[in-house]
Amino acid sequence: MGAGGLPQEKPFTDRSETRMEDTKTYNYTVVRQFALMTVVWGIVGMLVGVLIAAQLRWPELNFDIPWLSYGRLRPLHTNAVIFAFGGSALFATSYYVVQRTCHVRLFAGGLAAFTFWGWQAVIVLAAITLPLGITSGKEYGELEWPIDILITLVWVSYAVVFFGTIAKRKTPHIYVANWFFGAFILTVALLHLVESAAVPVTLWKSYSAYAGVQDAMVQWWYGHNAVGFFLTAGFLGMMYYFIPKQVGRPVYSYRLSVVHFWSLIFTYMWAGPHHLHYTALPDWAQSLGMVFSLILLAPSWGGMINGMMTMSGAWHKLRQDPILKFLVVSLSFYGMSTFEGPMMSIKTVNALSHYTDWTIGHVHSGALGWVGLVSMGSIYYLIPRLYGRSAMYSVPLINMHFWMATIGIVLYIAAMWIAGVMQGLMWRAVGTDGTLTYTFVESVKATYPFYTIRLLGGVLYLAGMLVMAYNVLRTIAGQTTVNAPIPAVAAAHA
Amino acid sequence: MDINSLRSILTVVAFAVFIAIVWWAYSGQNKAAFDEAARLPFDGEDEGTGYGERK
Repeated sequence: MGAGGLPQEKPFTDRSETRMEDTKTYNYTVVRQFALMTVVWGIVGMLVGVLIAAQLRWPELNFDIPWLSYGRLRPLHTNAVIFAFGGSALFATSYYVVQRTCHVRLFAGGLAAFTFWGWQAVIVLAAITLPLGITSGKEYGELEWPIDILITLVWVSYAVVFFGTIAKRKTPHIYVANWFFGAFILTVALLHLVESAAVPVTLWKSYSAYAGVQDAMVQWWYGHNAVGFFLTAGFLGMMYYFIPKQVGRPVYSYRLSVVHFWSLIFTYMWAGPHHLHYTALPDWAQSLGMVFSLILLAPSWGGMINGMMTMSGAWHKLRQDPILKFLVVSLSFYGMSTFEGPMMSIKTVNALSHYTDWTIGHVHSGALGWVGLVSMGSIYYLIPRLYGRSAMYSVPLINMHFWMATIGIVLYIAAMWIAGVMQGLMWRAVGTDGTLTYTFVESVKATYPFYTIRLLGGVLYLAGMLVMAYNVLRTIAGQTTVNAPIPAVAAAHA
Repeated sequence: MDINSLRSILTVVAFAVFIAIVWWAYSGQNKAAFDEAARLPFDGEDEGTGYGERK
């Protein structure tokens, strides 16, 4: 496959004389570390996902070992793909983008290194504690309080490094990608502190500071804003940098990006209650959540259109450039899942979709389609540049990865849509005498074929990630690391 | 004053602020500054010549 790629080239320029001088080059060390770990944690997280998908079809696959039971591995899967894979991609890209658009080296290099090693420690601790059954039981915030404290330390350091870099910038403007990255960092800090408030009873056991419906509301205020700010705002930062760069032209409308940013900030915080339709949460709060979720369609699509229109006049580039395919198709999935989300938040639709596999399909069209593809595209962009190559080892392999991932996603979400709607219809079906037509286990049995298709989609997506790992390894093998020079004078535009 | 009145006022103020942001973003005087900001990713030497940018 390597022969199909562009000829391997030497590092485009030797910068050994400047490598040691901190003030003249960007700090790419921490970007490289996070970029490589993105690939590693992607494989780990998706592998666990594939295993638990198989367990749903063949429950024997837990081998009667508690550590391998579905209930313990599922949070390991979500934590690994969101915080380890997605988190590493966000650290890598935000550190890269903020330096290059501020024309300064990363602020507090030592602290940046701490964010890398600290974040890896958090991930390793998660991988140990979750299979042991140590959990606070809060979805997407399962890690127990000692790990929560470490997360807080890492995150505060992240904020200091990021905003410190912005503070010492040599450019007059703060590029829009940095606004999205900054909002992601600030909001996740707030979310983490509120969600993790708990009373510790032992080293590895704590109880939530909230009770009853307040606990549920805090949980889904956190849970949905984790989607909105961890899985959306930060990745929009990637979109606003890497799509213009890869297309070679500025973003379609900078004004629209400003409005996109603020409308997202003003509305996302209120959407959480749609996770609690028809529960003990007051009706007004449910309706509020629904209305704000519907409003969210506007900023989401505004952003998507802005990214898509950046392509106008350059669509032909999609044919040769698989990195651009990753980035643009990720935007399509963003548009699709941000249409589906508001629809599912409508209470009458939710009455059918909630608690079914439709929700799982929706989450994965966002996670595999949007978050996954935009991260992979961005990492493919970064890797050659961080190692002094003009391109990845093999472009056909990037293309192959793209198609494996895309077909995997389509299999996954189509299977879950059908399964979800079917489950919803079976659960609500009643006979003329008012009794349920189907038992619950009948709906489980009917779902089996779709669990198999979903597993197939997941295996394809994981296999694509392995292709990426091979391509990355061959790209960096034997290469010296490169740290690009900082422009000597701040670019002055008329 | 009732806390709920305060909440209502805050909601209206937030809405007004948002409208002001939209007005500010689309007012003509910021056009040049925004164009300049939009070019920020293209300032400085690129590390490689990725095939995406290959002429």
